[in-house]
Amino acid sequence: MAMLEVKNLGISFGGLRAVDGFEVEIKKGQLYGLIGPNGAGKTTVFNMLTGVYKPDDGLIKLDGQDIVGKNTVEINKEGIARTFQNIRLFKDQSVLDNVKIGLHNQYKYSTLTGILRLPKYKKIENEMNEKARELLKVFELDDKEEYLASNLPYGAQRKLEIARALATNPKLLLLDEPAAGMNPNETEELMDTIRFVRDEFDMTILLIEHDMRLVSGICEELTVLNFGQVLAQGKTSDVLNNPEVIKAYLGE
Amino acid sequence: MNFVSYLINGISLGSIYAIIALGYTMVYGIAKMLNFAHGDVIMIGCYIVFTLMSGFHVNAIVSLLAAIIGCTLLGVTIEKIAYKPLRKATPLAVLITAIGVSYFLQNAALIIFGADTKSFTSVVAMDPVKLADGKLTISAVTIVTVVACVIIVLALMTFIKKSKSGQAMLAVSEDKDAAQLMGVNVNKTISLTFAIGSGLAAIAGVLLCSAYPTLSPYTGAMPGIKAFTAAVFGGIGSIPGAFIGGILLGVIEILGRAYVSSQLSDAIVFAVLIIVLLVKPTGILGKQIHEKV
Amino acid sequence: MKKLNFKNMKKTTKDQIVTYAMVVIVFLIAQAMIFTGNMSSLMQGLLVPLCIYSIVAIGLNLCVGYLGELSLGHAGFMCIGAFSSAFFTKCMVDTGMNENLRFLLALIIGTLTAAVFGFLIGIPVLRLRGDYLAIVTLAFGEIIKNVINVLYIGRDSNGFHISIKDANSLNLGEDGVMLINGAKGITGTPHQSSFLLGIVLILISLVVVFHLVNSRSGRAIMAIRDNRIAAESVGINITKYKLMAFSISAAIAGMGGVLYAHNLATLTALPANFGYNMSIMILVFVVLGGMGSFRGSIIAAVILTMLPEVLRGMADYRMLIYAIVLIAMMLFNWAPKAIEWRQRHSLKKIFKKKTEEVQE
Repeated sequence: MAMLEVKNLGISFGGLRAVDGFEVEIKKGQLYGLIGPNGAGKTTVFNMLTGVYKPDDGLIKLDGQDIVGKNTVEINKEGIARTFQNIRLFKDQSVLDNVKIGLHNQYKYSTLTGILRLPKYKKIENEMNEKARELLKVFELDDKEEYLASNLPYGAQRKLEIARALATNPKLLLLDEPAAGMNPNETEELMDTIRFVRDEFDMTILLIEHDMRLVSGICEELTVLNFGQVLAQGKTSDVLNNPEVIKAYLGE
Repeated sequence: MNFVSYLINGISLGSIYAIIALGYTMVYGIAKMLNFAHGDVIMIGCYIVFTLMSGFHVNAIVSLLAAIIGCTLLGVTIEKIAYKPLRKATPLAVLITAIGVSYFLQNAALIIFGADTKSFTSVVAMDPVKLADGKLTISAVTIVTVVACVIIVLALMTFIKKSKSGQAMLAVSEDKDAAQLMGVNVNKTISLTFAIGSGLAAIAGVLLCSAYPTLSPYTGAMPGIKAFTAAVFGGIGSIPGAFIGGILLGVIEILGRAYVSSQLSDAIVFAVLIIVLLVKPTGILGKQIHEKV
Repeated sequence: MKKLNFKNMKKTTKDQIVTYAMVVIVFLIAQAMIFTGNMSSLMQGLLVPLCIYSIVAIGLNLCVGYLGELSLGHAGFMCIGAFSSAFFTKCMVDTGMNENLRFLLALIIGTLTAAVFGFLIGIPVLRLRGDYLAIVTLAFGEIIKNVINVLYIGRDSNGFHISIKDANSLNLGEDGVMLINGAKGITGTPHQSSFLLGIVLILISLVVVFHLVNSRSGRAIMAIRDNRIAAESVGINITKYKLMAFSISAAIAGMGGVLYAHNLATLTALPANFGYNMSIMILVFVVLGGMGSFRGSIIAAVILTMLPEVLRGMADYRMLIYAIVLIAMMLFNWAPKAIEWRQRHSLKKIFKKKTEEVQE
């Protein structure tokens, strides 16, 4: 069964059809790419999948569960986590705390327990620290846990965002332009990390990306979006050789 | 007859709220900030008129013009010194600054003009109109206020629809960055907005003090907050909304004072604010604002 | 036994210990000064108000510094705490209840009532943009004052009588006792506040806020402040944590109110004590002391309260100075030119330069 199944998804903003008839099916453990020119509606698709926008029509099923109409918080609890195109970290908090905020719904104790510092506080905080450090290690950020998130270099901030998303224990991970602003070396490294995350956590990943090296390097299947509609879909190599797609990208 | 008379008073007070609310709603729509000091600009305008009329025996119209010019300059100066450097700051920092400016104007006035309440001479020196065999008296200030408010609202709507600067205001309120890219001078547009809002504040202040002839450094604070309530009520960012919200709020306040309790009339007005925010936070004519993700 | 090593301690833990120590040391110094006769009676009279301001400033700082929302109604929450606790004390004063137990109950009632009001005010407003909270809390403070000024409550053998007109319409019996007398407020509340009690309440507030911000809920609150959209994306319930922080903040202000009510024989709701000016003054303490720094709030409260008393001539300009402090602090922190200037003149950089020179 598909991890994510989307049928006929569409949304309009003030009469403008931003996304129309979007469809995709992603299998468990798959690395899937969503590409297309600027303004094609890729991030809008992410926003609909995560409940930021309510789609006007269509169907979204996560692991067999219908999630249309749920809000962002509920959808995260159902199992979709994401990163953002323009990095959205908790800037004034430490690297470790950023991941611990991601663990919010995985490890729980009440506010009163926290204020009164009951024994449960210490126990769960320790568990959270351990889990958070484990995640930071995957992204080689474990030696920077005390840094403020805003003091990390750009590439490390992108990685921290992925670590934070993984902390919510998702079934599906959405990455919005993870390689944006990275140099070729960093991108190379990021590709390894994404593959590692998929293998290690048996994660299903859908990513938006402009960097064709990354897309062709790690994505198994692709969907190309153009003017809000699906232009092509299928195996990465097939899609990238599709003359329609080349035309859309090169503008002629 | 009493009811009709209350209603007329309410519409008159509401017209003053509406003129003040225009300043709030325009600044909120364009600069995306709550200009807390707006109410205190009103008070400064009143002191200008009061000083000129009582101290120097200047004619009412000239005094009013001086107040309009003074407040316009004040508004633009405040924007330039206190708000402009904070365009990229968090909304919280801007709000705290605005409160600081408001508090500054109040206390500067307190030191310059003293804490004692001045009795303000009405700028409208005409006889009241008697209707229904003298059972219903409408003061000239009331009529002037309502007429002024209607003219101002219509003029402002025409200005925004027809003039180039008005169109620039619309563009900036929709999307500041996009407007900048389209060649709109955003800084100039925001300055103009403050100038218009503050000039209107002077008119509202003089009408307010003509109808309720007391003046102190705190004169502007309460009407300012109520006018903001009116702007929220009508839908913040909307000019017709400010008009409708202002009139409704004025009527509610006067009727509440007459039929419920005179001491609780402010509480009633603020209860309206809380109810509006609970039921329809966008107000009567407001539109939903989408946040960019 | 594990050795307590101050240097290796986590920064937040260190911060807490320094703050507690500061409060205790200030208390000891003040006590020593009183004991040796080195403190004027005027200053002694300021000790409890200082504690009250510090507590309310700690509460407001939670709201402004950690939740990132501005409240102009903390004087209103103080007012709620003051009147609800004084009302309780006044009702119980003739029952022969143990004095300390009665005060403890009054403290709990005052604090909880303020929290409930904070919660109720928060529901409509906290879903909206921040500016609305400022204006609604301001409005709320005014409503509370207005309502209390027309509220008459008395009690006789038939039970409680309430009116919002005047004292006569209560129709109290022969044995009737006036509890809240409209604009004249509550009179005859026993004087139970003391400097020691104030210090204890400061410490309690500090423990609550420090423990809160360093817990799971505290991190959620700060996550909302730093980036609401990201906080939602990791499954944090925005409304729940905003309401929680705001209610706790209001509760702490209410606690300050309880201390206030039991420090005076007559409690009235005037613009001077529970009005807009009080809310602004507390905001100035928070802003000057540094948003997010509880220690800073206390220091600012102490200095700004003492200063006008020391420099008598300044009294007239006090509020004008408050206004300038607010504007200047914000411009200093946020104006691009000020940021540039700070970067050029920052101590760290000067220090760094010197070490670099040495290395060369």
